[in-house]
Amino acid sequence: MSDLVEDLLAGKHSALARVITKIENRSPGYREIISALHQHTGTADVVGVTGSPGAGKSTLVDKVAATYRERGQTVGVIAIDPSSPFSGGAVLGDRIRMASNAGDMDVFFRSMSARGSLGGLSTATTDAVTALDAFGKDKIIVETVGAGQNEVDIVRTADTVAVLVPPGSGDDVQMLKAGILEIGDVFVVNKADLDGADRTVQQLREMLQGRSGRPDTGHHGATELAAADAASADDPAEGDMEAWTPPIVETVANRGEGVEDFLGALADHGDYLDRTGRRERQARERFAAEIRTLLREDANELLSDELDRRGGIEQYVDAVVERHTDPYTVVDDVLAPLRECLDEPRDDA
Amino acid sequence: MSVEQEQTERTIRCLVAKVGLDGHDRGAHVIARALRDAGFEVIYSGLHRAPEEVVQAAVQEDVDVVGISILSGAHNTLVPKILDGLKEYDAFDDRLILVGGIVPDDDKDELRELGVDEIFGPGASMEEMIDYIHEHAPER
Repeated sequence: MSDLVEDLLAGKHSALARVITKIENRSPGYREIISALHQHTGTADVVGVTGSPGAGKSTLVDKVAATYRERGQTVGVIAIDPSSPFSGGAVLGDRIRMASNAGDMDVFFRSMSARGSLGGLSTATTDAVTALDAFGKDKIIVETVGAGQNEVDIVRTADTVAVLVPPGSGDDVQMLKAGILEIGDVFVVNKADLDGADRTVQQLREMLQGRSGRPDTGHHGATELAAADAASADDPAEGDMEAWTPPIVETVANRGEGVEDFLGALADHGDYLDRTGRRERQARERFAAEIRTLLREDANELLSDELDRRGGIEQYVDAVVERHTDPYTVVDDVLAPLRECLDEPRDDA
Repeated sequence: MSVEQEQTERTIRCLVAKVGLDGHDRGAHVIARALRDAGFEVIYSGLHRAPEEVVQAAVQEDVDVVGISILSGAHNTLVPKILDGLKEYDAFDDRLILVGGIVPDDDKDELRELGVDEIFGPGASMEEMIDYIHEHAPER
């Protein structure tokens, strides 16, 4: 097992690939691997790219990766596609659009499927980013369709989130709806050569202006809002910290137009993160979120085992259906031993 | 949850690769979809791939199965290059290598000697291929 870690750190591509497989499969020993890799991370810039299907994410990512390579930087890409709710299978097609980097091993492109996992995907993605970071990638791009909460969580593993908006992607009301538009640090109107692109840029601009009315923390995420409030209480300078206004970049990714502008916007945001100390704070918040997620997952598993030991959930459901008991009492009953265990040492003290 | 139980059964990943100058990939699309419906994760390469691109995809995606589709008759030059590339990246031994297409019997023996596990000709059925993968996918 530690061979795999050594090989990965030594730059062996097959070891990196295998580690990500173990992460995806939750294979025995994957946790030890991630633990061992953690100390070797922290040097990569992580960019999340999201947007509706067909917005041109993969094509843009391909060109971005090629440009980073021209600058002598190495790139890792994780592209997430949905899996079939029926067979569990998936066709992971984004690789096709990585033509500019074909045959270049220093662009490590990995497709991941959602595998119908309930919240597990964001953990797997975070771990895959850890593997790429430890491997020594300079830039890591996480690409996913921005469809729901899960996908929003995934791109939030990134330092900077880019949201792609294709021209004509709906009326003003769409722009007002909650969702991925709220998490963008940089907005990209791709396919800017199409009709309606100007209008989309205009709508975005209006939406972003409206956004400054909220208690702006200058960066993405609702949990961060709360964290920012807490931080500003401790640190008086925090309150008048410089806000970030998300730029809108126009690109025609398939022709490579606007890619430099896009990278410029990403770099600006990176500078902003460093200048204001937000990068460090975001990292802290991410680790806190990760710890919470892992705790939740593990606690879930413990409880699910406990339910099995007690003969499964059905008997409880029967009792609730018969009105012999109720869901709250059942939960109290199942959790009672756990509560006692956790309270015991403190009572002794 | 049923999701948890499914996790215990490993998800098999397959690369469906079109290599060389073949101009159409309807067959590859049909295969990709059938494999998806069988519960596999399928990475489709797209048309006109060079051997090193197929190797890159097979290594990075850490697929269990490398399926190479060639109709042009260039299998004798292209397949060995892919096999060599996989070996170079230590990605040959624990991978199932399948070739699909029109391959004369003499060439079949040669490809098998080089390390191709199975060759599926025009008459092969999807069930046959899926069963073969289920039975022979490497233990990891």
